[in-house]
Amino acid sequence: MSVDLSQFIPSFLEESFEGLELMESSLLDLEQGDDETINSIFRAAHSIKGGAGTFGFNSVTEFTHLVETLLDEMRDGRRKIAQDDVELLLDSVDCMRLLIESIRDEIECDTSKIIETSALLEKTLAADGVEVSEAITINSSDTVESKTDDTSTWQISFIPEHHLVQTGNDPLLLFNALADLGEVTLVACAKKLPALNELDAEEIHLSWNITLQSSANEDEIKEVFEWVEDECELIITKEALSNGDLSIAELLTEPPSLEESDPILSTATSKIDNPAKPTEKSTEKSSSKAKNDLGSIRVGVDKVDSLINLVGELVITQSMLSELGNDFDLSKVERLNSGLEQLLQNTKELQESVMRIRMLPISFAFNRFPRLVHDLSKKTGKDIELILKGEQTELDKTVMEQIGDPLVHLVRNAVDHGIESAEVRLANGKPKKGTIMLDAYHQGGSIIIEIKDDGGGIDREAVFNKALEKGLVDENTVLTDAQTFDLLFEPGFSTAKEVSDISGRGVGMDVVKKNIQSLGGRIQVISEPGKGSTFRVNLPLTLAILDGQLVQVGTETYIIPLITIVESLQPQKELINRVSGDMVLYRLREDNVPVIPIYQLFNIPSEFDNIEKSLLVVVEADGQKIGLMVDDLLAQQQVVIKSLNDNYQQVDGISGATILGDGSVAMILDVPGIITMALAQAQLNQKNRSTIKPKITQSISEGVNS
Amino acid sequence: MDIQMLADEVPVEGEHSLEGVDFITSGEQYLTFLLSDEQYAVDILCVEEIRSWENPTRIPNSPSYIKGVINMRGIIVPIVDLRMKFNIGEAIYCDTTVVIVLTVETEEKTRTIGFVVDAVSDVLNVEENEIKPAPVFGGCVPQAYLDGLVNVGEKVVTILNVKTLQAVEKHQIN
Repeated sequence: MSVDLSQFIPSFLEESFEGLELMESSLLDLEQGDDETINSIFRAAHSIKGGAGTFGFNSVTEFTHLVETLLDEMRDGRRKIAQDDVELLLDSVDCMRLLIESIRDEIECDTSKIIETSALLEKTLAADGVEVSEAITINSSDTVESKTDDTSTWQISFIPEHHLVQTGNDPLLLFNALADLGEVTLVACAKKLPALNELDAEEIHLSWNITLQSSANEDEIKEVFEWVEDECELIITKEALSNGDLSIAELLTEPPSLEESDPILSTATSKIDNPAKPTEKSTEKSSSKAKNDLGSIRVGVDKVDSLINLVGELVITQSMLSELGNDFDLSKVERLNSGLEQLLQNTKELQESVMRIRMLPISFAFNRFPRLVHDLSKKTGKDIELILKGEQTELDKTVMEQIGDPLVHLVRNAVDHGIESAEVRLANGKPKKGTIMLDAYHQGGSIIIEIKDDGGGIDREAVFNKALEKGLVDENTVLTDAQTFDLLFEPGFSTAKEVSDISGRGVGMDVVKKNIQSLGGRIQVISEPGKGSTFRVNLPLTLAILDGQLVQVGTETYIIPLITIVESLQPQKELINRVSGDMVLYRLREDNVPVIPIYQLFNIPSEFDNIEKSLLVVVEADGQKIGLMVDDLLAQQQVVIKSLNDNYQQVDGISGATILGDGSVAMILDVPGIITMALAQAQLNQKNRSTIKPKITQSISEGVNS
Repeated sequence: MDIQMLADEVPVEGEHSLEGVDFITSGEQYLTFLLSDEQYAVDILCVEEIRSWENPTRIPNSPSYIKGVINMRGIIVPIVDLRMKFNIGEAIYCDTTVVIVLTVETEEKTRTIGFVVDAVSDVLNVEENEIKPAPVFGGCVPQAYLDGLVNVGEKVVTILNVKTLQAVEKHQIN
């Protein structure tokens, strides 16, 4: 009778990766240090070790044990939390990840790093740990030692708590593990077994007395039970011990009595085993984190709830319709129609909800960067602060998976080439600490991810010379900044003076660009010498969802992305000013906001062409505020952005379209685009006005406006 | 033709049916439609569906012949009024006004666009050698959109080139 454990391996792996991520991020936080953090790290390590033990992944168990011992010392306050130890632990986390990945991919992993790290761990433990270090040195060598020991007899009394199996543990596995250590004689005690009608098949009411003939020492035996030690009463005694001790043990553990027999044991365990199969360990910890390459995603409860609500509505509609169909006559056509309408609505909402599940906050991709920057700044000896912004910006899962690597590349570059060394920074009058900022936000129909550093910027000369050397340009070519920086994305192009192991080999940037392009995005470089560079990745969101404000202009409904809206207001007459010809400004507290009537911009008939009668939606983009004149504000809702580009083409001022609840199409306004349009139109107006004037004035006005 | 021969032509059950035999002929098939009282045709393999006219959502600053976009099962499909594009007849929208949705794959991408026509009339089998080049004189429809002419009885049907129809020219803000 054995449980097929392999079915639980995927969840163990997933859990372990989550545990590792938790350990990693907590370790990075630990630099400031507190008890709760170290406890959570310890717990994560402990869970991994326990899980690995259950599945017999000994390499993981052994390694994690060392990590756990070190953590235990820190937790107990026996060891000061030193920076070196934290580094070592971070390395250990990497090793554990390596080990677990090798289990996942069913490949042999490169053991050299693991051996090295575990040697380091042992050394650290041995060097300044107090008593525990001793224990661990014994432990690490006990396999050799114990073999020389004589076989001794151990009495183990194991009284699990009732809920043991519900936490995913199986006594049988423990016994099997014990059997690996030596010869096991099991006696079950079924005294506490309740009457059959009161028996909860998912609870354990048995206890066991185990006699183990083994050369193993107490620690090894304890280790078998380590995973369940909080959930059972466990007494381990050596036969050779004094009788007094034994009798106390016997008193406590209610030794085997006569009425027990083997059949009870086997039936009882089979009862326990079967319900235990589907029980999986709940994974409540680090709920915000998940590994996304395991083919599963973690979805917010609210999203699932809304799905369930929708399904509920769908079921109601369905039953309503089928009832209607039972005895249908023409008088019910009206009701049928409304029912069908409802069905349509339900289905659509359901579809949208399902699509929304694919959207994840970009923090999934950002999560790895604190560690990366931490490591890289160690390696390069640069003091770097990483600032993450806009982590809640939602992005399609597939896009997220593919954007991770390019981002890593860009961040590595920023650390290695962007940020200067501390001396240079100080000499240039900059703070010693460099800053790298990762920012994500929606703009128009795209998501923008910016990697910004406050380093030395890109050396145009160097780029140009390198391009000359590579024969990409010739000496007389005059390039704009943008064209120059584009050269960085040529294959094999690197301006790094020396190749470091972080970057500089010139592979990568072209791959970064290729990856981004394959997602339909583009990358843009902005750099100012001495002030830093910004890599702006622009990704389209074909599947993206945005919060929109529905507005009405004439007979048309438009959607303004909620994120761009500063406020909506009813214009007051005395605050409207006409300046410089025909420009309308609205005084919004201190600011003068240019008013752009949408009906004019889009050439549509509007109900109100008078600003006093319409509403003003003040939006902001690229640091510029404008007031959009609309007829009415309608509902706010989340909309799925659909590209107009697929079947038509890009339209100025429109970032995409969406389908409203009633099935009609509405256009989503592209606020930055509208600002550009309004500027262009203003220029055009000025040109038209100045056509009568001599040419020279015109070129001046062009120069002013461009 | 005696009765026996006719009987021979009737398929026995189980053998291949002659149903739809009209369609299994050589040559290409075209869907013909009316613009005003002129007959036009497009390659039937490109026809996604034929819809009744519904009011589309306007696209701002688009040429007048682009009526807007509609939602076709979640896909945003632009609607082009062929009568206005080619300046044929009057663009009126009534019960018989239909939209032929065409999907065309080109090297770069697949496009789905709906075309407003006055009515859909027939499916036409045309052998390649029956297609005659369109004369270059005048007419409202630019040469690039024409694949040729076909004589059907007394009438002439103009075959339109779906690829050029699908290419939406970049429009400017007026």
